[in-house]
Amino acid sequence: MKKNSNINKGPRYINPYFGGVLLGLLLLATFYIAGRGLSASGAVKLSIVAIVDKIAPAHAEGNAYYDKFIPTDGSSPLFNWLIFGAIGTFFGGMLSGGIYGRLKKLRIEHSPNITGTTRMIAAVVGGMLFGIGSQFGRGCSSGAALSGTASLSFGGLLVMVFMFGIGYVFAYFFRKLWI
Amino acid sequence: MGPLIPQGIITGQWDFVIALLIGTAFGFLLESSGFSSSRNIAGVFYGYNFVVLRVFFTAMIVAMVGLLYFNYLGWIELDMVFVLPTYLAPMILGGFIMGLGFVIGGFCPGTSYTACAIGKLDGFAFLGGFIIGVFIFAEAFPLFENFYYSGYMGNITIGEVFSVSNELVTFIFVIMAIVAFYVTWLIEKKVRKNRTESKFE
Repeated sequence: MKKNSNINKGPRYINPYFGGVLLGLLLLATFYIAGRGLSASGAVKLSIVAIVDKIAPAHAEGNAYYDKFIPTDGSSPLFNWLIFGAIGTFFGGMLSGGIYGRLKKLRIEHSPNITGTTRMIAAVVGGMLFGIGSQFGRGCSSGAALSGTASLSFGGLLVMVFMFGIGYVFAYFFRKLWI
Repeated sequence: MGPLIPQGIITGQWDFVIALLIGTAFGFLLESSGFSSSRNIAGVFYGYNFVVLRVFFTAMIVAMVGLLYFNYLGWIELDMVFVLPTYLAPMILGGFIMGLGFVIGGFCPGTSYTACAIGKLDGFAFLGGFIIGVFIFAEAFPLFENFYYSGYMGNITIGEVFSVSNELVTFIFVIMAIVAFYVTWLIEKKVRKNRTESKFE
């Protein structure tokens, strides 16, 4: 084993098709148990709703978007399936990183052609776009593109096609960030 | 039988425990597949690493085919499974903006959680940007509220839009996925010849 790991210096990831089958079975199990798929962006949305509602309740109730997600029974928006799912996702990632030896000290990963600062700015900008886009799209890659399309939603398919398609369209302009 | 929670077969606070377990499995699979690295993810756009396409499409067709079989065997009431509603123009715009965010940021929200979890600061930057983005959207919501609700088509399926059976839609997806796996394998082989490194940690 030790000899083998010395020869094979690449990162240790599971086979992508095997990972895909497991992820598909997990998604299927989620549909079977919860009647809905996986989600990632909903937790952030609900957290923001909860914070704004706590700090400025009048403002939150006056805004149709926040108001949509404030439970009418007076309970916290955080007491929600999506929040627990996201907490799990974080710990699941940590668990896998720990097992495969990737759980290390804080670091910035970037292409050698750009600086760490450039990478950080690009990550913030990309995140912001995802934040805005996922609200229009009724979900992100997990909730709309993957779970939506798997449950044969037309809207989910639209999000998936445009997300990847536009990525390819603009890939040329942002190639310096990656290659 | 299923889905269990909407039918009231699982009740009480158990559903949060289940959500936590499902989330943990989700995070584990994302990280162990290589999605905690933005450079692996971005490889799908430049041809040097198609791990995103492989995992994503495999998961999608497994779940699709699985749902059809569960329905055929009477294990799941498909009418009770949530079909994401379609809002035509807003969802196209959403996909457009996310595509741009994808190629600039290199993560999506779920993958950024796992990047944060193993100590990647760029993961935290993406997540921070994501939080700001959702906040901006919510604050500006009154400006485009009408647009946000426009083009509503209901909880419509792909089969209903194109007037074909959902079995056929699933079959087409499976064929497309297999073709995509083969073609991207050829592309990847070619692109990797000119690179020293294509898999990142």
